[in-house]
Amino acid sequence: MTINRPMRDEYDLAVIGAGPAGLAAASLAAQSGLLTLLLDENQGPGGQVWRAVTSTPVKETRLLGDDYWAGSKLVEEVRASGAEILQGATVWSLDRHLEIGISAGGGSQFIRAERVILATGALERPFPIPGWTLPGVMTAGAAQTALKSSGLIPDGKTVVAGQGPLFWLLTAQILRMGGRIDLVLDTTERRNYLRALPHAAAFLTSPYFRKGLAMMREVRSKVRVVSGVTRIAASGNGRLEEVAYEAGGRSVSVPADLLLLHQGVVPNVNLAMSAGVKHRWDDIQLCWSPVLDANGGTSVEGIAIAGDGAGIGGALAAVERGRIAARAAVEALRPQAGAKVPSMETFRAALAKAERGRIFLDVLFRPSKQFRIPGGDTIVCRCEEVTAQDILDSVAIGATGPNQLKAYRRTGMGPCQGRLCGLTVTELMAEARGKPPEEIGYYRLRAPVKPITLSELASLPKNESATKAVVRG
Amino acid sequence: MFKRFDDDTRKVVEIFVDGRPVMAREGDTVSAALFASGLDVRRKTAVSGAPRLPYCMMGVCFDCLVTIDGMGNRQGCLVPVHPGMQIEIQKGKREIGR
Amino acid sequence: MPNSYDIAVIGGGLLGSAIAWGLGRIGQRVCVLDEGDIAKRASRANFALVWVQSKGLGMPAYTGWTMQASDTWPKLAAELLDQTGLDVCFQRNGGFHLALGEEELEQRSALLKRLHNQPGAVDYKMEILGREQVARMLPHIGPEVSGGSFCPYDGHVNSLRTFRALHTGMAKFGVDYRPEHPVSDIKYVQGEFRLASPNGEIRAGKIVLAAGNANQTLAPMVGLEAPMGPTRGQIVVTERTMPFLPHPLTTVRQTDEGTVMIGDSKEDMLDDTVLNLPISSVMADRAQRMFPLLGRLNVVRSWSGIRVMPKDGFPIYDQSETCPGAFVTCCHSGVTLASNHAFEIAPMVAAGALDKKKLGAFSATRFQKSDVRTSGYY
Ligand SMILES: Cc1cc2nc3c(=O)[nH]c(=O)nc-3n(C[C@H](O)[C@@H](O)[C@H](O)COP(=O)(O)OP(=O)(O)OC[C@H]3O[C@@H](n4cnc5c(N)ncnc54)[C@H](O)[C@@H]3O)c2cc1C
Ligand SMILES: Cc1cc2nc3c(=O)[nH]c(=O)nc-3n(C[C@H](O)[C@H](O)[C@H](O)COP(=O)(O)OP(=O)(O)OC[C@H]3O[C@@H](n4cnc5c(N)ncnc54)[C@H](O)[C@@H]3O)c2cc1C
Ligand code: FES
Repeated sequence: MTINRPMRDEYDLAVIGAGPAGLAAASLAAQSGLLTLLLDENQGPGGQVWRAVTSTPVKETRLLGDDYWAGSKLVEEVRASGAEILQGATVWSLDRHLEIGISAGGGSQFIRAERVILATGALERPFPIPGWTLPGVMTAGAAQTALKSSGLIPDGKTVVAGQGPLFWLLTAQILRMGGRIDLVLDTTERRNYLRALPHAAAFLTSPYFRKGLAMMREVRSKVRVVSGVTRIAASGNGRLEEVAYEAGGRSVSVPADLLLLHQGVVPNVNLAMSAGVKHRWDDIQLCWSPVLDANGGTSVEGIAIAGDGAGIGGALAAVERGRIAARAAVEALRPQAGAKVPSMETFRAALAKAERGRIFLDVLFRPSKQFRIPGGDTIVCRCEEVTAQDILDSVAIGATGPNQLKAYRRTGMGPCQGRLCGLTVTELMAEARGKPPEEIGYYRLRAPVKPITLSELASLPKNESATKAVVRG
Repeated sequence: MFKRFDDDTRKVVEIFVDGRPVMAREGDTVSAALFASGLDVRRKTAVSGAPRLPYCMMGVCFDCLVTIDGMGNRQGCLVPVHPGMQIEIQKGKREIGR
Repeated sequence: MPNSYDIAVIGGGLLGSAIAWGLGRIGQRVCVLDEGDIAKRASRANFALVWVQSKGLGMPAYTGWTMQASDTWPKLAAELLDQTGLDVCFQRNGGFHLALGEEELEQRSALLKRLHNQPGAVDYKMEILGREQVARMLPHIGPEVSGGSFCPYDGHVNSLRTFRALHTGMAKFGVDYRPEHPVSDIKYVQGEFRLASPNGEIRAGKIVLAAGNANQTLAPMVGLEAPMGPTRGQIVVTERTMPFLPHPLTTVRQTDEGTVMIGDSKEDMLDDTVLNLPISSVMADRAQRMFPLLGRLNVVRSWSGIRVMPKDGFPIYDQSETCPGAFVTCCHSGVTLASNHAFEIAPMVAAGALDKKKLGAFSATRFQKSDVRTSGYY
């Protein structure tokens, strides 16, 4: 049942995010008797991969593919599990005491849980090319979201640029639905094919292998694909008009109304970091990943992370990670109930299978430097409109990391709170200072991780000592 | 930039964009409905006034900010449409009280 | 010698950078040693008021010192603009402290009376205004506002841009800024200071301790003292909005960028990595009662910072008897006093001695007396 505020103040388990990981976790935990609350910001369950799976107008199975419709089963399962499901609920705060600030239906409140599983998934990696803020430039995932939830398909002159498994999937989905794509710019570095080769054997047996190849073939048969693209720039007066690119040393410009960008996904770290969860720089996936134990447990007692937020593993792995984290919660809170669910070993084996070949994808689709670390007047922080050169200027006057940079240039201070500039800032500063990204660090994040209104904040519980700390002569 | 695919059978919902009636569909987010409307719905940023359109459609980038039923700076990509919804395209900073 | 300077400033916050900028400005060879990206740095966390009203209860000299800073801030802003092209948006447009309900207004009036009755303090024209007078100047106030105090000399500035401008200006004056050089030990050897840091030793003829609360541990290394009593402050900030607030308040101000800052608590808890949300809620509630329209704005960030706070709330400026050339500087209100640090303290340091007439009251020797009083710092 879907309602718009939590029914209780306390739960055994709160699961944040209703994508594959969250759905799987909530369902297993509730089935095992844990009082479980599943929270998600979207109007319906499914997360990114199964976005709008209960409401999409795109009913014909073939169009979105079997992997998409697999989501319905898990949604049914969680709905039957007894978990309380709250959609349209944004979690804006989580602290070390597992107190959770939730904004839903225009009001905010706190709940507390014995355990928390963060299943907040991934974001598309920033793709900071010149002109990426122009109207008409958006992420490929954004187009896919519009496609899944509203059946929107590109209409004008459309260029799709980037790389990665999702990149090909989205392109294929648009084409199947009769959307227009004029040109595909593949940015996969040629030398990555060689680098990935040693990992190919594992990938051959991965569930993604055949589907991936088939999709690339499908796309190539329908539109022109330019490979080995080494530079992309968008330009236009007040909106996208032209995409310029370079491939094999040749520069080309094409007119365009829509440019869809994608170069992989990275963990959505904001909520976890604001709760104090320790992260580390992942040199292979080139992003911050939480430091986790085998069950997804974090450095903060009681908080686990499952799904792509734990490091990118894909939807199938997300499901198994969700189950592992949930089983660990069950073992901790209701040891007897654990006997009824499949063993940890079963889930671990399934996870290993789902993760097989991931390293091949990581290496093959490692985005190249020029698309991660921009220069000159290319915007890095979209919210505060700060350029790469601005950041280098701050390094020159002594900013050693993102937090001093923030003070000097306001990067990461806008409403997106660094989600679209954080990685670029870390890597750009690392490059400029000749230091590893780990040493440069990341923004210090704090609640609210998503904006809430001042009146919502004002309506939260207060106490006498809080009043004393503020009201003084 | 975008159009609706042919087999969309969802119910039509009438909303208003800067006073003009627009036919959205039940289940659309505001941003999806704006894209499908074909209107010029570029907002202007609060920092430099640069034109923008939604970038991520998943609640991350805040480039979809829009005034909905008199309330400024709402994330259009997260809010579902409802009949009679009044949408205003924001030009620059929001006004206090809006 | 590359690691040897006329003067080494320890700490690159607003105090250290204002002093180093002031020293660079008069041609001194200076380096600034600072910690790295993660540090307790009040200069990144403050409310950015250049504030006069109610300062100095318990120490009349502080009133005059503050007025002087307020008077010379325009010069600092102008020089920074000229040198770096950065407009720090200093505004001395008069500021308010608003009261909710009669009791708060009475308390404020009583404070004003005590300030007035203090001999030797300069008059900074702080006055109590009734609700109607306030409403004329601040049209959006809510029904609970009973009145407030107003001081025409109060103002505000973009303090982060000031911070950046000072560092930009320092670089232009040839000041050597060395982040990731936390000083762990100071030795005074044959008229020279040797500063140990994990990234190498630095030598200087003079040193200025401007390490905020860390001065407490550094000062005794050179025969000085700096007893500190830090507190934590929390601030909430909204998205950018069209200008609606023509004057800054002690607890609400609209920045030149358009965001609205809401401050700021005073807490004993000193962990600046976490927030106390009930406190944020009280601050939000009070701000909303002062300006009901604020309730609709989105809060985009909040943070907590540690105040650099001498034990009695008043600045410490001192020089060492046993290690000549060693100075210590620390204060709350380092934004307000930035102009004094650049134009007054820096030349004194360069000359080798603090002016006793101007700064005698701020010597840390006052802590050796038993009747140290505390200030309300707004
Ligand atoms: C735009 C996009 C499209 C993708 N499309 C596909 C695809 O078609 N096929 C594929 O195999 N993979 C896709 N992926 C990859 C994706 O990461 C999947 O592997 C999978 O969805 C991950 O599952 P998850 O459960 O970890 O998280 P997600 O599916 O990402 O789910 C996370 C959920 O948490 C919610 N959430 C996040 N923060 C909060 C908060 N603070 N409060 C409340 N709720 C919150 C989100 O709204 C979301 O519903 C996509 C990724 C992105 C970013
Ligand atoms: C919440 C809040 C609100 C405030 N509001 C206002 C206001 O409205 N108006 C106003 O005038 N003032 C205000 N202040 C006060 C003002 O911010 C401070 O007085 C000022 O920033 C102090 O500057 P500082 O350089 O002494 O200290 P800091 O900014 O703390 O800098 C100290 C520096 O020393 C470095 N350091 C520490 N130890 C070492 C070491 N061993 N070696 C080398 N370096 C070291 C630190 O890394 C840091 O960079 C506020 C402060 C807070 C916290
Ligand atoms: S389009 Fe990115 S937040 Fe709405």
